[in-house]
Amino acid sequence: MEAFTTHTGRAVPLRHGNVDTDQIIPAHWLKKVTRDGFEDGLFEAWRRDPDFVLNHPERQGATVLIAGPDFGTGSSREHAVWALQNYGFKTVISSRFADIFRGNSLKNGLLTVVLAQETIDALWALTEADPTTPVTVDLHTRQVHAPGITAAFDLDENARWRLLNGLDDISITLHNEHQITAYEATRPTHKPRTLTI
Amino acid sequence: MGRTLAEKVWDDHVVRRAEGEPDLLFIDLHLLHEVTSPQAFDGLRQNGRRVRRRDLTIATEDHNTPTLDIDKPIADPVSRAQLETLRANCAEFGVRLHPLGDVEQGVVHVVGPQLGLTQPGTTVVCGDSHTSTHGAFGALAFGIGTSQVEHVLATQTLPMARPKTMAITVEGELPEGVSAKDLILAVIARIGTGGGQGYILEYRGPAIERLSMEARMTVCNMSIEAGARAGMIAPDETTFAYLKDRPHAPRGADWEAAVAYWRTLRTDADAVFDAEVVIDAAALAPFVTWGTNPGQGAPLSACVPDPASYEDASQRLAAEKALNYMGLSAGQPLRGIRVDTVFVGSCTNGRIEDLRAAAAVLAGHRVADGVRMLVVPGSVRVALQAVEEGLDQVFTTAGAEWRHAGCSMCLGMNPDQLAPGERSASTSNRNFEGRQGKGGRTHLVSPQVAAATAVLGHLASPADLTEAAAPATAGV
Repeated sequence: MEAFTTHTGRAVPLRHGNVDTDQIIPAHWLKKVTRDGFEDGLFEAWRRDPDFVLNHPERQGATVLIAGPDFGTGSSREHAVWALQNYGFKTVISSRFADIFRGNSLKNGLLTVVLAQETIDALWALTEADPTTPVTVDLHTRQVHAPGITAAFDLDENARWRLLNGLDDISITLHNEHQITAYEATRPTHKPRTLTI
Repeated sequence: MGRTLAEKVWDDHVVRRAEGEPDLLFIDLHLLHEVTSPQAFDGLRQNGRRVRRRDLTIATEDHNTPTLDIDKPIADPVSRAQLETLRANCAEFGVRLHPLGDVEQGVVHVVGPQLGLTQPGTTVVCGDSHTSTHGAFGALAFGIGTSQVEHVLATQTLPMARPKTMAITVEGELPEGVSAKDLILAVIARIGTGGGQGYILEYRGPAIERLSMEARMTVCNMSIEAGARAGMIAPDETTFAYLKDRPHAPRGADWEAAVAYWRTLRTDADAVFDAEVVIDAAALAPFVTWGTNPGQGAPLSACVPDPASYEDASQRLAAEKALNYMGLSAGQPLRGIRVDTVFVGSCTNGRIEDLRAAAAVLAGHRVADGVRMLVVPGSVRVALQAVEEGLDQVFTTAGAEWRHAGCSMCLGMNPDQLAPGERSASTSNRNFEGRQGKGGRTHLVSPQVAAATAVLGHLASPADLTEAAAPATAGV
């Protein structure tokens, strides 16, 4: 996984709540068997509207997405995270994320930052007024900075450590493989099996 | 202090617990399908890893599979490539697969329970958010992303932070004509699409205890639509009777031991939930959605709400956007909204009881002119049972299309889609913009409402059908 330490970039203010994963990446894109090439599918339906914020010339190259509450609801498709990353986003800020989307983002190094809606309102106002406004997300200090705004965010220490170091969960788990083997030895015989091997 | 059902199942699966780390949970059953697994198998290959527990892993094909001409090569080359990738991966890694054409093929969340693989007190995961379905058995079941699919394939475990618990207590009895789908849509409208976020839901109370296993699956299936990764129901005699003698149910002494364990899987009387919601079943009625998320629903007898009536600014904005997308006006009666398409199927309502319910309403009627009705069984086994009962004849006689098993129009990854601007009454689980096809508009409904809607051509309940038919009968 790509490590995340600190990132500064221009923002896309997305004044939508309940942005579901079908909007982030429609299902027909899910037929691909790779983790890349999803950038053109990101918000595909909304991007057909020339007035959609992502189509504004001043938002090109922006890397920080600031969205309304309940971002990433719906399907478990990790393709939603890949699409955001393939497009160039490094971080998404919202007042609330859907659980599965949040988990997927943190496993891919896309930092999802939870801030109070008042702070998001302020960030929207700031970045709408001046699209060149730099927004910094610092995982070391767990703070978001923009001119006149400093806001702290929570992230549990374990997730933060894995992100800062770009650590792969599977390697960490396999480090404790003996505990998995020990657990397996205690499983009752009535537990279901798909094969007899 | 006592523990909740969710806490008991969780505690029984902790492989490793350490300060400052998420718990490492053992996974009893891993279900795979073609969409969310290819990148996970690639990861295994790149790192020289194998599938740790092939005997706890099973795959089927559902999202991309066509529901017509299944004996011919799949027309869409991208869909075909994805299915071929799953077949190659399962062959290479030794995973049991039920492909298109196999008698055990079907929607992954229909296949697991009907094989008896989904059992009380197990942990079940799948790269699909509707894995919450399996919680109906008192399993802890949740959807995962592809990175986690790879993690489970490689280690048969998942690091997870323990969610909070929420009781959804449904008091009383569901009125005649009100189904499990109406109940769960009403729950989601009540707590919102984010209301269950961070929680495992436990549905309990007399109205839940009276539900059949299939109805319980409908309820748990849509937990994710309330933002909860998992929803559970304590196992009881209904659960045990459903499981007995299924192909993978325990047998002999193992059955006795299993049932003894399963009986312990009830929330203790002195256990405390982090949140509680009480619903009065008697107050419920057929329920439909009017908007573009599953929380935007109302009783069929209500009108499209006025966005101005919402105090919360983001809800108001969401309602305005939804009405605009759906082509509806505030104050318009929900009953009477005309539809082009009716879809009966999906992991929410594609089981035999759902098909029976739809067929019972449809029998003796015709699908309205200009309405297309698709009936897609959740699995090949469901289809075979339906044929044995003659339900396929009821559907085709009424003018509906009887199709092969799969996810189909729930998400339109196969050719079963809405055209732009088309409107459906759908027994599936999501009414998101474009979910059933670009520009398509979806109203989520129960199988009974779907069938009545097909006959009348507008959103309707079976009761409307009797009333509509009454004058005609009197004239004969």
